[in-house]
Amino acid sequence: MRLLKLVPDNTNIGFVRVRFVAFVITALLTIASLAVVGARGLNMGVDFVGGLMIEAKFQTVPQLDAVRSNIDGLGVGVSSLQQFGDPKTVSIRLPIPESSDEGATNAVVSKVSASLVKQFPGVTFTRYDTVSGKVSEELIQNGVLAVVLAVLGIAIFSWLRYEWQFGVSTFVAIVHDVLMTLGFFALTQLEFDLNIVAAVLTIIGYSINDKMVIDDRIRENMRKYRQMDMKALIDLSVNETLPRTVMTSVTVMLALGALLLFGGHVLRGFAAAMMLGIVVGTYSSVYVSSSLLITLGLEPQRFSAKPKESRPDAERVGPQP
Amino acid sequence: MLDFPRWKVWSICLLLAAGVLLSLPSFIPESTAERMGLSGLPRINLGLDLSGGSHLMLEADTTDLAKQNIAKMEEQVRTEMRRADPPIAIGDISTTGGRLSFFVRDASRIDAAVERIRTLTQPSGMTGQRDWDVQVVDSTRIVLTPTKQGLAQATDSAMQVATEVVRKRIDEMGTREPTIIRQGAERIVVQVPGLQNPAALKALLGRTAKLEFKLVDLTADPAAVAQGRAPVGSEVVAYAEPGQAPIAVKRRAMLSGDELIDAKLSYNSQTNEPVVSITFNSEGGRKFARVTQENVGKPFAMILDGKVLSAPNINEPILGGQAQISGRFTTDSANQLAIALRSGKLPVALKVVEERTVGPDLGADSIRAGTLASVIAVVGVVIFMLVSYGRFGFYANLAVVINVFVILGIMALLNATLTLPGIAGFVLTIGTAVDANVLINERIREELRRGRTPTQAVEHGYKEASRTIFEANVTHAIAGLIMFVLGSGQVKGFAVVLLIGIATSVFTAVVFTRMLVALWLRHKRPTSIHI
Repeated sequence: MRLLKLVPDNTNIGFVRVRFVAFVITALLTIASLAVVGARGLNMGVDFVGGLMIEAKFQTVPQLDAVRSNIDGLGVGVSSLQQFGDPKTVSIRLPIPESSDEGATNAVVSKVSASLVKQFPGVTFTRYDTVSGKVSEELIQNGVLAVVLAVLGIAIFSWLRYEWQFGVSTFVAIVHDVLMTLGFFALTQLEFDLNIVAAVLTIIGYSINDKMVIDDRIRENMRKYRQMDMKALIDLSVNETLPRTVMTSVTVMLALGALLLFGGHVLRGFAAAMMLGIVVGTYSSVYVSSSLLITLGLEPQRFSAKPKESRPDAERVGPQP
Repeated sequence: MLDFPRWKVWSICLLLAAGVLLSLPSFIPESTAERMGLSGLPRINLGLDLSGGSHLMLEADTTDLAKQNIAKMEEQVRTEMRRADPPIAIGDISTTGGRLSFFVRDASRIDAAVERIRTLTQPSGMTGQRDWDVQVVDSTRIVLTPTKQGLAQATDSAMQVATEVVRKRIDEMGTREPTIIRQGAERIVVQVPGLQNPAALKALLGRTAKLEFKLVDLTADPAAVAQGRAPVGSEVVAYAEPGQAPIAVKRRAMLSGDELIDAKLSYNSQTNEPVVSITFNSEGGRKFARVTQENVGKPFAMILDGKVLSAPNINEPILGGQAQISGRFTTDSANQLAIALRSGKLPVALKVVEERTVGPDLGADSIRAGTLASVIAVVGVVIFMLVSYGRFGFYANLAVVINVFVILGIMALLNATLTLPGIAGFVLTIGTAVDANVLINERIREELRRGRTPTQAVEHGYKEASRTIFEANVTHAIAGLIMFVLGSGQVKGFAVVLLIGIATSVFTAVVFTRMLVALWLRHKRPTSIHI
């Protein structure tokens, strides 16, 4: 049986040559993504803006306008409706009543559910979320803090472990990945909630994984071919690791595809974010972070100047014992 | 590298078998497990988003607490000044601005007053600081300010009591396996699985249940009361039920809910209206008998959390320490009040700041969808690995499948909670777990292309790839750890699975497959590898 090879043996694609094009595209995409976030904003879930969310499951696909006018007639505030992948499931968002009385929120929920049951018989309510403004602020702070710490922590790790150029290039690429994901959410207006923060952190983790593998190969090749031109060396390293990069992306995509299609509506946003993140992360690993090393002035001499850093068993040229 | 002595093979196999075994009880439904007498085995908890139920976060009203703290101090100061011999006259007591200040009429006795007040303060914390700061202003006025530690201590003790009261109230509702945990200084998290409508629970927990019996002030001018003014020594209180005019009652309570030992739902024998029957302890009963004897024919108000429930006339002295609270209750609301009174007064008002309720249907749907997605992900990845790497793909697949069970086993052992994002973490781990094998196998392919013999290629493949795998996973784990530390409930559930998955997948993907490959190489001694 012939085995499947997604990437042919010994590819020699000139990734470094097109780096300026890649940089310009990357910069443009990042700016565009920031602009979309600025212009459209993120569709923040109740986790981050506070409020009341009721998820209703209708017997038949409802007219959103009919649902909206039903709720708006109750005088409980302006509702915002959203269908959840499954068109029969609608999430209804309402502001939290001003009153500090516990009964007030209960009253809103029962008012809305009673009124909906009347107009749409058979509707069931599968989920309620209420998050107060204070808690949502904390959740935002923690989310932002987590993402910032993750990016910084990982950049510092690769800086301490390798040369500073690796830290910087990884940092730039990861920031790009995060911004692109945010842009995706601003563009699609998918709900941005706590799960998506988890997705963003996972994208960071995955993207780092990708870059580490390539960076590790670059370092290995730097020790192996001390005289080689940096551009050729980086091209070689990216090409050598290309089969792995593609294979892993495919397996993760397979798993995430299963999640997107069969994992239920609650996780759909998460799966979508992750899939996009994998594509973006792979792109930035192959085209951006490694080529950026040249721009940042990584030179092979640095390693030979510090021979202690290279491990003797990493030298693999010559006959094996 | 490829040398696997028998003991090593055995320990690896035993370790993985133990992990797989640990996961098995979680697959047996809880009821079946109980019937089989296996209910003591560790199993994975399902998060509320999977089992259905309510998650409530309650927060103490700290301004209310600070006010109470000062009121309590005021009471103590008054008593202490009266106790002095001769009593120290004070006046112009003010409790605004978060501190207590009063005027000592006889300036020469200010030192004695301060000395007596100092005995009322307690040391708090390690620093030797006291819970109240005592100062003399203009040599006639004493100002008492609670210190930060003092307030923190007051909050802490109030929250301890509040947590107990919350626990009692939830237990009384008869829900199964509620989780009640203090979180931070001023929060309590309540999780009740299987609860579909938390409205009743929220109403119960949001109620302080401070019950007081006060005499109605009949001297008050109704017009002044309507404007919110009451005679000295009295106060205006609104009715709980809207539409009733407020009344004036004496400030001093004749009796409070602290002195009751039981409260239950019953029905008024004449009107058949639901009421709450209460029983006082012996002291409370005596007090109640005395005041009702003294005030026959006068109305008294039953006040709950600062709102009048009803104000009946005292027709005859109430002896025997029993009374009925009426107030246009329904059976449900009377029952709720009875529970609240039985479990005691909350020392501080609690407010629901976060609520997440998931219906059992959605939870079941999520489990079904999550399981389906996991199975499809495994099948997809397994087929893909098989067609890509043949025998080596098969080994990787074996590792992935075992890994799935081991993750579940470790989660059961740690008594971890599986949430819906946790399932997402699971599916993702299936995708990333094979990454290690992809790295190894691609490396072996490369080494073969360089003309190494199969054994050499495998040996180098594993050695070189292991370093990369280690580094890549450390960074991945950094992201996971940050999520675990900073994440809230759901995100934490995701991080747990991710972290366990990183640890186990490195073991199964690197150590376990290497063992399989080594055993195969030793057994067959192939001259070429098909990879």
